[in-house]
Amino acid sequence: MSDPVITAEKLGLTFQTNDGPIHALKDVDLTINKGEFVSFIGPSGCGKTTFLRVVADLEQATAGQVTVNGMSPREARLKRAYGYVFQAAGLLPWRTIGGNIRLPLQVMGIPKADHAARVARVLELVDLGGFEKKFPWQLSGGMQQRASIARALAFDADLLLMDEPFGALDEIVRDHLNEQLLALWKRTEKTICFVTHSIPEAVYLSTKIVVMSPRPGRVTDVIESTLPAERPLEIRDSAEFLSIAARVRDGLRAGHSYD
Amino acid sequence: MTRTLPILTIVAAIIVFWYAMTVVMNSKWTYDQASRAGVEVSFSEMVADTLAQDRPVLPAPHQVVAEIWKTTAEQKVTSKRSLVYHGWVTLSATLLGFAIGTALGISIAIGIVYSRVMDGSVMPWVIASQTIPILAIAPMIVVMFNSMGVTGLLPKAIISAYLSFFPVTVGMVKGLRAPEGHLLDLMRTYNASRLAVLWKLRLPASMPYLFASLKIAMAASLVGAIVGEMPTGAKAGFGARLLVGSQFGQPLTIWSALIGAAVLAGLLMIVISVIQRATLKRMGMAT
Repeated sequence: MSDPVITAEKLGLTFQTNDGPIHALKDVDLTINKGEFVSFIGPSGCGKTTFLRVVADLEQATAGQVTVNGMSPREARLKRAYGYVFQAAGLLPWRTIGGNIRLPLQVMGIPKADHAARVARVLELVDLGGFEKKFPWQLSGGMQQRASIARALAFDADLLLMDEPFGALDEIVRDHLNEQLLALWKRTEKTICFVTHSIPEAVYLSTKIVVMSPRPGRVTDVIESTLPAERPLEIRDSAEFLSIAARVRDGLRAGHSYD
Repeated sequence: MTRTLPILTIVAAIIVFWYAMTVVMNSKWTYDQASRAGVEVSFSEMVADTLAQDRPVLPAPHQVVAEIWKTTAEQKVTSKRSLVYHGWVTLSATLLGFAIGTALGISIAIGIVYSRVMDGSVMPWVIASQTIPILAIAPMIVVMFNSMGVTGLLPKAIISAYLSFFPVTVGMVKGLRAPEGHLLDLMRTYNASRLAVLWKLRLPASMPYLFASLKIAMAASLVGAIVGEMPTGAKAGFGARLLVGSQFGQPLTIWSALIGAAVLAGLLMIVISVIQRATLKRMGMAT
């Protein structure tokens, strides 16, 4: 459990804008080990999404070091080391659910003979068996997001980067998807980085919670969760859960002056 | 079926209006003839005369229908008197020009979307090309090709292409840029090649824009082909019929060619609509 998948040292990213430089990330030190479920939480502009995008090589750091599987983010991207789930499901409307899951397989040149089996396997993982031939608009928002997760799982990347995947969904659907995501994480033993705005969501899902604050974006607290691996939804009423949530809230408050 | 009644109503209204205008516009000639002959004409005699003149200012609908019948059903389609023959000449130039224009328009759009240099430099020229009146350059194109020994179909098709590439370029630049940022990011996380992004993301996303552009381009192609037929010595095609009709004072020839061109345009629009519906349905985007 102690192979580092992602390491960041003194990581910084400054955007140059017409209004002067914006420090999206500053001096971020972080190690994420194999098999961990890490949540990034913080107010808007704290750089949590930016950190994920740097790991994914969608943005380039301007200071410090970051490695993914011991490689640079660019090398990791070229080796297709991770699957990325965006806030919007981002399914191509002209492809069926099965067709959307085949998209990365086609782009990556995975042998066609494997496609059907892979599609069936990941659809079953997100509990969407039988929806392969449906078009995205025929599915609810929560189902679309599950299909999007299935797509990120289809090419066997061991790292899953999720950028507020449930942010646009209502709370009941979100609870259900959180439960499913935990089950999926347990079955697949992936390493998951999960960006969220929601304290209960972060505490419920994570083995490690990274609390961030804005201007400049930095890490203010890293909390190792003491919750057991087995987590029914009721665990959110336990004293342990509430004490972790309180620590997260304190961390958020400390880093944010509410001016 | 719910659309049939409104359409028929409009058609009926147009025909009534047309007849009324026929009487009004042709009456002067009737009265002139009568006063020259020194006779009085009653209102009903005047109306009857305006609807049956040989060289009316505005022919009546039934005269145009009779002329079209005479030049289609009663002629061999290979005859130079057949409107079907002239229609085919115009159609072939239209289709060739449309194909060239569409291919050119899509190519330029891909270039503009993928190349920063083209993005900054080509669009002003594309727009400038359409500000030149086509009537001014059509004869030049025909003469230039003639001097190179190329006559007939190709010069007309080039004029059609000149008019039709523009809407395709504008529509496809918009369409190819339609995919949102996170979809482009998604393709990047797959380390997708530029070709894969074009083929699997940008082109499919541009289909609704493409079909909207194709309809405009088809109409422009038809106009281009007809304009291109005018300076060629008026040998064949709807354009030639229009020119012959105006030179020899035969309004029936002009009007039957106009109606023929309108019917042809309508048929071409229907073809594109059918292809559009089938394509979008296959892509799950049927409306």
